[in-house]
Amino acid sequence: MKKRVGVLALQGAFREHRQVLEQLGCNVVEVRKTSDLDEIQGLIIPGGESTTIGKLLRIDEMGEKIKELGAKDMPIFGTCAGMILLSKTIVDSEQYRLNLMDTVVERNAFGRQVASFETDLLVPALGHNPLRAVFIRAPYLREVAPNVGILAEYNGKIVFVRQGNLLASAFHPELTPDFRVHQYFLNMIDEH
Amino acid sequence: MTDIGSFKVKTGLAEMLKGGVIMDVTTPEQAIIAEEAGACAVMALERVPSDIRAEGGVARMADPTIIQNIMAVVSIPVMAKARIGHFVEARILEALGADYIDESEVLTPADDAYHINKHDFKVPFVCGCRNLGEALRRIGEGAAMIRTKGEPGTGNVVEAVRHMRTVMSEIRALTLMPKEELMSAAKDMGAPYDLVLYVAEHGKLPVVNFAAGGIATPADAALMMQLGVDGIFVGSGIFKSGDPKARAKAIVMATTHYNDAKLLAEISKDLGQPMSGIEISTLTEAQRMQERGW
Repeated sequence: MKKRVGVLALQGAFREHRQVLEQLGCNVVEVRKTSDLDEIQGLIIPGGESTTIGKLLRIDEMGEKIKELGAKDMPIFGTCAGMILLSKTIVDSEQYRLNLMDTVVERNAFGRQVASFETDLLVPALGHNPLRAVFIRAPYLREVAPNVGILAEYNGKIVFVRQGNLLASAFHPELTPDFRVHQYFLNMIDEH
Repeated sequence: MTDIGSFKVKTGLAEMLKGGVIMDVTTPEQAIIAEEAGACAVMALERVPSDIRAEGGVARMADPTIIQNIMAVVSIPVMAKARIGHFVEARILEALGADYIDESEVLTPADDAYHINKHDFKVPFVCGCRNLGEALRRIGEGAAMIRTKGEPGTGNVVEAVRHMRTVMSEIRALTLMPKEELMSAAKDMGAPYDLVLYVAEHGKLPVVNFAAGGIATPADAALMMQLGVDGIFVGSGIFKSGDPKARAKAIVMATTHYNDAKLLAEISKDLGQPMSGIEISTLTEAQRMQERGW
């Protein structure tokens, strides 16, 4: 049976995630309303502006429902803005968050857009071949709790982590043709 | 190998802005209102288009202080406008750390024949278009994002609709052409052949396309989204209206939920006075900013 995976479609690069998931054989649900969260087996929170997505998550308590599902072990994967929204602590910000991961995230941590970059990232959990990773006004994690597994660092900064059913990357695997990160997330859904 | 400012990270930022609203602001206070309302970026300006239109004279890049003061108070991307062809204004904006440069017809053109060679910069550019040929010329020069020109500062959506419909129907026409017709099509629209081939094959532009120029209400934003744009620029439409806070928030919601008519009805209630608009036929050709660009 095809997996039913949701992509939060309030703002940002949700179309690219949908396309990757469809190529990997999933049924994709674009999540715009709280009721769209019923019957999905996993959720991706895409890149975009975390403040914008945060405002839109407050409507109809959609964010609360996602929190509940995440706490009940549904696999959730956040990229860039998604990583920010999943973190419990956001440096110097009171903005809305889902408060699910024991991580301290710093926004725009590599600098403004003129500092955005792509690079080859070593991710042992994905095999020997480096991953081409695209960082756009990207965050990184300043600190993580001991229960958070670090999957990749770039120049000593934590950029890819897993905490049980939760996965978060500072970069954008949906913008490159290498599907290993999405496949890793789908394997988490299978394990679950 | 690490690559800073590659075309991928330039177009990538535009991908992240999709489904969002970029708002014109002239002060830090307005920028905070925009961010609070859920704007995905702001455009830092000295004057909004309707004031530029009313006051006349030469419109130039904003004072760097205005841009820096706005960058200091918001965490979302800050864009700024340079005059068409004015690559030194663009270099200044890049040095200031602007996140995107709009090479914009809203300002008075600095070059009456050529646009900026945008490949030369680390900072990405957005440019306006009225049709597919114009869009592909700008992308050929290095624009990483496209928007309709519309007619800025009028609060009248008709030109943005016309430009979007033109682009979409020209894209559809290319997808139906046999390959031997594409070179002539490229010649006729004055567009680079490789980009014409891309559009014919993929049925879309190679970069994100936003609506701009005349959007004043949540319904205008939803209309443009339904016509197929990726997101919305609002210029004078917010801070020249009666209740900017409420209108900004409503336009953000309408851009996400553009297909939900019931919700749009709720969103559109009690927003106060919209900006007063201008009928396009009352503008002379010299007053039409959309004619600027080559």
